[in-house]
Amino acid sequence: MTIESRTSIVWEYAPAPESADHVRLKDRYGLFIDGDFREPAQARYMPSINPATEEPIAEVAWAGPDDVNRAVASARAAHPGWAALPALERSKYLFRIARLIQERARELAVVETLDGGKPLRESRDVDIPLAAAHFFHYAGWADKLRYGVNAREVAPLGVVGQIVPWNFPLLMAAWKLAPALACGNTAILKPAETTPLTALLLAEICREAELPAGVVTILPGDGATGAALVRAPGVDKIAFTGSTAVGRDIQAALAGRDTRLTLELGGKSANIVFEDAALDQAVEGIVNGIFFNQGHVCCAGSRLLIQESVLDEVIAKLWRRMGLLRIGDPLDKNTDVGAINSAEQLQRIETLVAAGEEEGALRRTVACELPERGYWFAPTLFTDVSPAHRIAVEEIFGPVVSVLSFRTQAEAIEKANNSRYGLAAGIWTDKGAKAFEVASALKAGVVWQNTYNHFDPTAAFGGYKESGFGREGGPGGLRPYLRVLS
Amino acid sequence: MSRRLAHVDRVGVEERAAQLGGRSIKTSAKQQGIRLAVSVLDLTTLEGADTAGKVRHLCAKAVCPAPTMPEIPSVAAVCVYPALVAVAREALNATGVRTASVATGFPAGQISLAAKLRDTEDAVAAGADEIDMVISREAFLAGDDSRVQEEIVRVKDACGDAHLKVILETAELGSYDHVRHASMLAMEAGADFIKTSTGKAASGATPGVCLVMLEAIRDYVERSGRVVGFKAAGGVSTSKAALQRLVLVKETLGDDWLTPDRLRMGASSVLNDLLMQYSKTETGRYGRSEDFSRE
Repeated sequence: MTIESRTSIVWEYAPAPESADHVRLKDRYGLFIDGDFREPAQARYMPSINPATEEPIAEVAWAGPDDVNRAVASARAAHPGWAALPALERSKYLFRIARLIQERARELAVVETLDGGKPLRESRDVDIPLAAAHFFHYAGWADKLRYGVNAREVAPLGVVGQIVPWNFPLLMAAWKLAPALACGNTAILKPAETTPLTALLLAEICREAELPAGVVTILPGDGATGAALVRAPGVDKIAFTGSTAVGRDIQAALAGRDTRLTLELGGKSANIVFEDAALDQAVEGIVNGIFFNQGHVCCAGSRLLIQESVLDEVIAKLWRRMGLLRIGDPLDKNTDVGAINSAEQLQRIETLVAAGEEEGALRRTVACELPERGYWFAPTLFTDVSPAHRIAVEEIFGPVVSVLSFRTQAEAIEKANNSRYGLAAGIWTDKGAKAFEVASALKAGVVWQNTYNHFDPTAAFGGYKESGFGREGGPGGLRPYLRVLS
Repeated sequence: MSRRLAHVDRVGVEERAAQLGGRSIKTSAKQQGIRLAVSVLDLTTLEGADTAGKVRHLCAKAVCPAPTMPEIPSVAAVCVYPALVAVAREALNATGVRTASVATGFPAGQISLAAKLRDTEDAVAAGADEIDMVISREAFLAGDDSRVQEEIVRVKDACGDAHLKVILETAELGSYDHVRHASMLAMEAGADFIKTSTGKAASGATPGVCLVMLEAIRDYVERSGRVVGFKAAGGVSTSKAALQRLVLVKETLGDDWLTPDRLRMGASSVLNDLLMQYSKTETGRYGRSEDFSRE
């Protein structure tokens, strides 16, 4: 017996855009050197583009070699005073920055979304709260450094140069700055060329926190600015997060120099689904692993390994779930997948996806209406992928997942480790012993069990092999910023 | 035969449910959502103190929830104890609003199968269009799946043409693995709807429980081709909670389930909050609870 439907009420979500009215961006930003915004030596201002509309948001100065030298001099001059401050005082500054990030969270979230294209839901719920959490976490470490690295005496390195990528602009700045400052270093941060704005707001926050001049320097620019910073005399350490190719250049440039280096590079992380997993939650984890931040995540679960006995079922569930993703205006609070960060990145994704089709993998892309302007790529699933295909080997850095199958636990481990990268991995199983066994056998810096892309300031993050070296987060994140004296 | 449970990860379920709880439902989506929520409501009174008078008042409210706002539809059904089915049936005659009755020794179900069947037959004979039965948690927790199913099959028989909703009383099942397992048992035994709770236990239709049951329905329907409905009951007392349940349904089972023949929400107090929120979207200010009749 069926009940006739007396009311046919259509229910669609109305647009729910977060207001950008409260955002007070300047038309033009200089370089943040010596505690204030300064004109660059050569007037080179570039617009920062909203990738969802292709419209310019603000003009930003790009630092040249003279500006880098000036910045290093200022950071050097500030270092003795900052390092000599009682640790508890440094702590207070970090705490103050954390509080100010929280106070301006709404504004920072909107700017992060405008500048980078990521959904507001993510910048609001992940990027900004985590950025504050990193400052809070390292504020607590500043007067306990010896215990963090298990040594009797430690000293800061001096001036550190930090180069961050465009996928989590403010969060990566926080990952880099918070431990560096807690350890008593002064820092020169170069944000990515496509996403400099939240770093510049962070500069305002540093000024508002009355951080001594020269302790934090923000130098927007492109690869040339980064290269100049890497080669500048007077920099004691470089910390870089970005592509493996650039990481390789940096390491070559620093060979034979007394400059320390940590690199957090690319990945092609394996997300392994065993037949005894909670499959619906595994599907959520797959979605979160690869479509979070449009797949612009160095540890994205882009190589999906599924046990053959549940392959069809998981793919059917995944494909159905992908159809429910809401793609579009990043400022809309209900958007799940936003815009691709830049035209250049979109082209990279398109090239690799075309290669996947040419090599014979089966491509499925979610049918959805994409906005006319801006850079967009609909979530895509590749099946019938062989381990030799480019899409199974190379980092795509976009919303594209490649599915491979395996038969046994040993084969899963072997396939997962068969990569030049080793940043992260996911394990989905309801069996505790199996999870620990597999986790210990995986050559990856981070292994998630029954979750993915879960970040916490207390946990170390970093890679094996061509994914780089050095750890960020937790007490392990202090060591790269300290000299252990005894 | 020993029981084999499907795996459900508690943390993952609750994270996903919380994520869907964050959907922003504003302006026209809020208005339409509230109308939809009213249309799938099983307006319920299940008190020892229920009388014919109270049930008649409730039925009038069910047919026309807000005389000043004609765009608000009737609710789906009125749900009462078996002894008051005849009263409700008469009051709802030819209105389109259906008469539902709890049965089978609601809420504990600790009576013999014969008594459960008799309880069901009485309610159907008095004119109930829909029966809300409880599963035997006693049998389920003791691991006797076949007795759980046997009871459902027999009650379904006793229902005749009446629609059968099977209440799992998830708060007493102890885990999401059990919630999913009980959902599958009920559907395989012939349930037309599966329903979260009696409303008499410590918790009711929590977002996590709803999500697990909706995913079970999705998988069962895909496998069997037979459509099964979902009823959230217990703890849905605000418009926000009601809209969040609709989001869970929409994004798990899809728009096809957003109709009274596949979705119900059982509640006694949410209706007036829905009406107040609706009038706020119209007038821009919150009304007073005195503006709407209690029943």
